[in-house]
Amino acid sequence: MSAASEFAVLLKNRGKAKDKATDTKPALGFLAPWLIGAVCLTFVPMVISLYLSLTKYNMLTSPKFVGLQNYATLLQDTRYLQSLKVTFSYVIISVPLQLIAALALAVVLDRGMRGLTFYRSAFYLPSMLGGSVAIAVLWKMVFGSDGLFNQALGLFGLDVTQSWIANTATANGTLMVLHIWQFGSPMVIFLAGLRQIPRELYEAASVDGAGKWRQFLSITLPMLSPIIFFNLVMSIINSFQTFTQAFVVSGGTGGPNDATLFYTLYLYMQGFGSMKMGYAAAMAWILVIIVAVLTVINFALSKYWVHYDD
Amino acid sequence: MTNATIAADAVSAQSIPVHEDHKVRRIVLQAIKQIVVLAFALLMLYPILWMVASSLRKPSEIFTNMGLWVSDPQWHNYVDGWNALSYSFGKYFLNSFIIVAFAIVGNILTCSMAAYAFARLNFKFRGLMFGFMLLMLMIPVHVVIIPQYIIWNNLSLINTYVPLILPKFLAMDGFFTFLFYQFIRGLPRDLDEAAKIDGAGHIRIFFQGLLPLMKPAIGTTAVFTFMWTFNDFFSQLIYLTDPAKYTVPIALRNFIDATSQSSYGPMFAMSVLSIIPLFIVFCFGQKYLVEGIATTGGK
Repeated sequence: MSAASEFAVLLKNRGKAKDKATDTKPALGFLAPWLIGAVCLTFVPMVISLYLSLTKYNMLTSPKFVGLQNYATLLQDTRYLQSLKVTFSYVIISVPLQLIAALALAVVLDRGMRGLTFYRSAFYLPSMLGGSVAIAVLWKMVFGSDGLFNQALGLFGLDVTQSWIANTATANGTLMVLHIWQFGSPMVIFLAGLRQIPRELYEAASVDGAGKWRQFLSITLPMLSPIIFFNLVMSIINSFQTFTQAFVVSGGTGGPNDATLFYTLYLYMQGFGSMKMGYAAAMAWILVIIVAVLTVINFALSKYWVHYDD
Repeated sequence: MTNATIAADAVSAQSIPVHEDHKVRRIVLQAIKQIVVLAFALLMLYPILWMVASSLRKPSEIFTNMGLWVSDPQWHNYVDGWNALSYSFGKYFLNSFIIVAFAIVGNILTCSMAAYAFARLNFKFRGLMFGFMLLMLMIPVHVVIIPQYIIWNNLSLINTYVPLILPKFLAMDGFFTFLFYQFIRGLPRDLDEAAKIDGAGHIRIFFQGLLPLMKPAIGTTAVFTFMWTFNDFFSQLIYLTDPAKYTVPIALRNFIDATSQSSYGPMFAMSVLSIIPLFIVFCFGQKYLVEGIATTGGK
């Protein structure tokens, strides 16, 4: 079970089971590192950043309280709105496509495929390397004006000389491809999930005359839906925080013409580039709200398509 | 071959010619499937292989040769790249490995301890704290990164590895706490009970009884911590601005910004070197990676 589902269960059962206090002393010992971290590196910083989001602060002079002004300014900041557009389109397109690729490959590999271990490694490797600066560098070269991609197009008689990275219309697309390329990690999770589905279900359906596609729709998808759901939730949350690839590919600018100005990249530029810490803190809190709202919507919609055993 | 297709065959076996037909069709379909999947796998890996080939080429050849065969390997690309920045890449690798080593020890020790408390001990606000831990897995780090930066800055710890290492000793990677938690819950409680009757305290139950049994979870934590810490870019970018403190990703990024067309070979060479540790850990630790994401459902 994933952390997100555990959290959902916890919410559902809240207040039902009273925590007994029989092991308080040893618990304090075992939890001491986490407790210190949770207070000093998480809880207190969250309170501070909420306060900072209501101030102007450049780390040189003390914070000046300005109320909701940062939030109001954000709504009129065209670059901020652009970063929302870039990030949303990235998430809406690349998250579903990555999960579909992962599911398709998992289903293909699951049915007695020869060399399963080799394929699993081959598809998994990109998702282990994909977050690195080296792969971002590679992507810049692959989709550059005389990069590997255009050379490959040349094989099909297409003579393209434009750089896909330097083109406003396609720069974000190259990063989406990079995201989809890393479908191996959800694929491995789906493979593990497929193994849990009892074979008898397929046999029974087959005897009843259901074809492969029908079996996929009425057995595989429903049985796998909880896993798909939690992958979707976590994938959306993580994709909203895309940073490294956009930073490296655009040379830290979010260019061309702000086409790869991802949310967290703009946050970094405002906070650590221009030292507008209050403004960046406000951006961080709006990000939390966006992610929270999307997660709640996901959970609300889940009852229409996610099947649980109980 | 699946049982379902065997069952389908059994049904059609009544008329023999149809059965033969099916068999041939199935073999052909299987072969096509194998070829398509293999081709797709090679397509996925091709960019990486091309990068390795390009790291041994002259700059003029990188953008004209899309093949993988290197006829005239330019080994000096590696030497040039290694010494291209103000310090040698050996220094950056050493810096990265220092951080990674501490991160692995910290995560294993403190996350497993916190997990033991959540999985086995009764204390007040257990549910509330556990919920907070899980919630932090889902909340973007950016909401705490600015105050954290201000705190480390006030303590004059920017350009040290403390901001990168200390959180690992405070069990701040909830993913691993959750991983250990799941694992401990799968261990029979009889073990604890037997140890308790023998008069063992929680410290002995944990360190002598449970910890040796948690090798798979420890392996998964070590492998993932290696991958994520070695690849970590955002926090290293923020906290390390002194070139002597640079890690591999930060050095590589500076290399690109300073690179002109003529030194693409050395740049690719260093890119390849930077993913070799990841590749080695991936090969040897794959079992743990697969088990890890299968049991926790990924991050």
